[in-house]
Amino acid sequence: METKNNSQLSILHSQLINKRYGDVQALKDISFEVGKGEIFGLIGPDGAGKTTLFRILTSLILADSGQATVDGLDVINDFRELRKRIGYMPGRFSLYQDLSVEENLNFYATVFNTTVEENYYLIRDIYKQIEPFKHRRAGKLSGGMKQKLALSCALIHKPTVLFLDEPTTGVDPVSRKEFWEMLKKLKAEGITIVVSTPYMDEAQQCDRIALIQHGKILSIETPEKIIAGFPEKLYQAHSENNYLLLLDLRKNPNVKSAFMSGEYLHIVFKSEADETIPNLKEIVPAIEDCFIYLMENGELRMEN
Amino acid sequence: MSKKTILNSQLSTLNSQFFAFVRKEFYHIFRDMRTMLVIIGIPVFQILIIGFAISTEVKNVEVAVYDPSNDEATNRIINQLDASEYFNVVRRLKSANDVDNEFQKGKTGLIVIFSEDFGKSLYHTGDAAIQLLVDASDPNQGMTISSYASSVIAGYQQELLQETNVPVRINPEVRMLYNPEMRSAYNFVPGLMGLIFMLVCAMMTSVAIVREKETGTMEVLLASPAKPIYIVVSKLVPYFIISWIIFILILLLSVFVLEVPITGSLVWLNVFTLIFIVVALSLGLLISTVVKTQVAAILASGMGLIMPVMILSGYVFPVESMPPVLQWISGIIPARWFNEGAKKLIIEGVPVRSVLKEMMILLGMAIGIITVSLRNIKTRLE
Repeated sequence: METKNNSQLSILHSQLINKRYGDVQALKDISFEVGKGEIFGLIGPDGAGKTTLFRILTSLILADSGQATVDGLDVINDFRELRKRIGYMPGRFSLYQDLSVEENLNFYATVFNTTVEENYYLIRDIYKQIEPFKHRRAGKLSGGMKQKLALSCALIHKPTVLFLDEPTTGVDPVSRKEFWEMLKKLKAEGITIVVSTPYMDEAQQCDRIALIQHGKILSIETPEKIIAGFPEKLYQAHSENNYLLLLDLRKNPNVKSAFMSGEYLHIVFKSEADETIPNLKEIVPAIEDCFIYLMENGELRMEN
Repeated sequence: MSKKTILNSQLSTLNSQFFAFVRKEFYHIFRDMRTMLVIIGIPVFQILIIGFAISTEVKNVEVAVYDPSNDEATNRIINQLDASEYFNVVRRLKSANDVDNEFQKGKTGLIVIFSEDFGKSLYHTGDAAIQLLVDASDPNQGMTISSYASSVIAGYQQELLQETNVPVRINPEVRMLYNPEMRSAYNFVPGLMGLIFMLVCAMMTSVAIVREKETGTMEVLLASPAKPIYIVVSKLVPYFIISWIIFILILLLSVFVLEVPITGSLVWLNVFTLIFIVVALSLGLLISTVVKTQVAAILASGMGLIMPVMILSGYVFPVESMPPVLQWISGIIPARWFNEGAKKLIIEGVPVRSVLKEMMILLGMAIGIITVSLRNIKTRLE
């Protein structure tokens, strides 16, 4: 796989960004680059600092220290020009609930000095799905439709970089899947997408991801490499009562770590796997396993 | 493209952007029942309440008479008063001392006091004095009572002229008690306007701007090419227009329902009011730049603007009768100057140069507040 760190190809640079709110270090030495046309994921739980980072990169707040450029524009000094080129969809649904679907779209098109017709090809696939409801007030749409409308509004001026802050939070699984399909189509149009999500399973949809926790980036890699870097054998198990099983496992001196993942328990052993555990099976780790491993151990084993 | 056409196209995008913002704001206003209720319902309701509180109907007013003279002339006047449908003479007072207590104890609306030797001096000198004490706690009623009583006396004077062919003059000396300045409901109209504009312009605009911060739409707008100053100024425009409509509505209601005579120049009254509306709008803008939530905006405009307007603008308590400290404080309240100026223009009907001072003060306030608020407008979230 080609390296994306080539500065000629990268469209977003972030260098040692720090942001503090009172006693809380919201962001600590955040440095990363995003390649042109990439889908870059910021993966981390709530409160990891994803929204703060988005706001700094979209020129909405100032970092305490550090530098960032988006599409060659400094987020502090060139913010006026920057705001013409980026598209931003905040985590909260931030359209006018009392305006209809059509009115919202027209309004944002005018705000960005364009018309719906001009870039309609870009939003056609998305907007078609909500067009039957174009006279409905935005506040009366379902969660999935709201996201589609918000995405349409953020795209209407054909931004070079699209910032999506937790676009799939509170959206049903089917709409989430559709949403990622749309992002891939936008990528094909040459739009760079920086997207954050608390859902580890969505990480695999990104070209590269940054795992972020407590304002620090734990690792930046392609999802495949992050998974390949998982240094241990991972097992899953389940029983009638997973909670009791978890408590047992945590008492077991041979178990290095054990945690719930959906309806299964994921287990890493210190030495050989303990075959007495019910329904034990070796599995390929997912991003979530890597994330938890990183939180506990600091780093993955990366091949160069 | 020449420089000029570039400039023109920039201006036209700016215009269409601004127009889009203004139109959007009108949608917000017209689609929210509560907003509509506040900006249209409250002014109409307030004016109508005052309208009903004023009653000009006068019938069977209780009259007390102090008649030390007790002659033919005084008795004829008393009988004529009693005979009129407006008055009932219910009491004859025995001494001048009773006069003081008369209003307090009964429903008496009028006390007629004849001079001593009323008849004698009327026939000999052709000149006699009569005093009318009117309970003017309801000023309109008081006015009507005094004019009806005066006309009964004038009628008697006419009769005498026809009977004797001697011209006589009875001088009714009218005294309005309890409300010597005749502060009528008319006087409440300018004060009420001041209050309503504070509510519609300052409170509603500050809430409307802060709502965008609270719902997160401001975040999207700030990340767009729209200049923050246009975002907020465009929110003021609809409220400016609506305030003007409310002003005209209040004027129409005042003239046709309250029968307030507008004696001054309508053009200057409009100019003067629009200046005050701008002051109120800029106060709303100022509040919106410092608070973060709609509740805080309501509290700030309610406690910081509307309360002082009620208490210190002269709407409820006359400024002249305030302690000097409060008078001084009332000087920084825009509604006080609007109240004084509008009263002069509406009720006294003075030429515009007489309200020049008030107008200049309001204009200065508008410029000052707008300058501060524009400086406060942020290009970022914090």
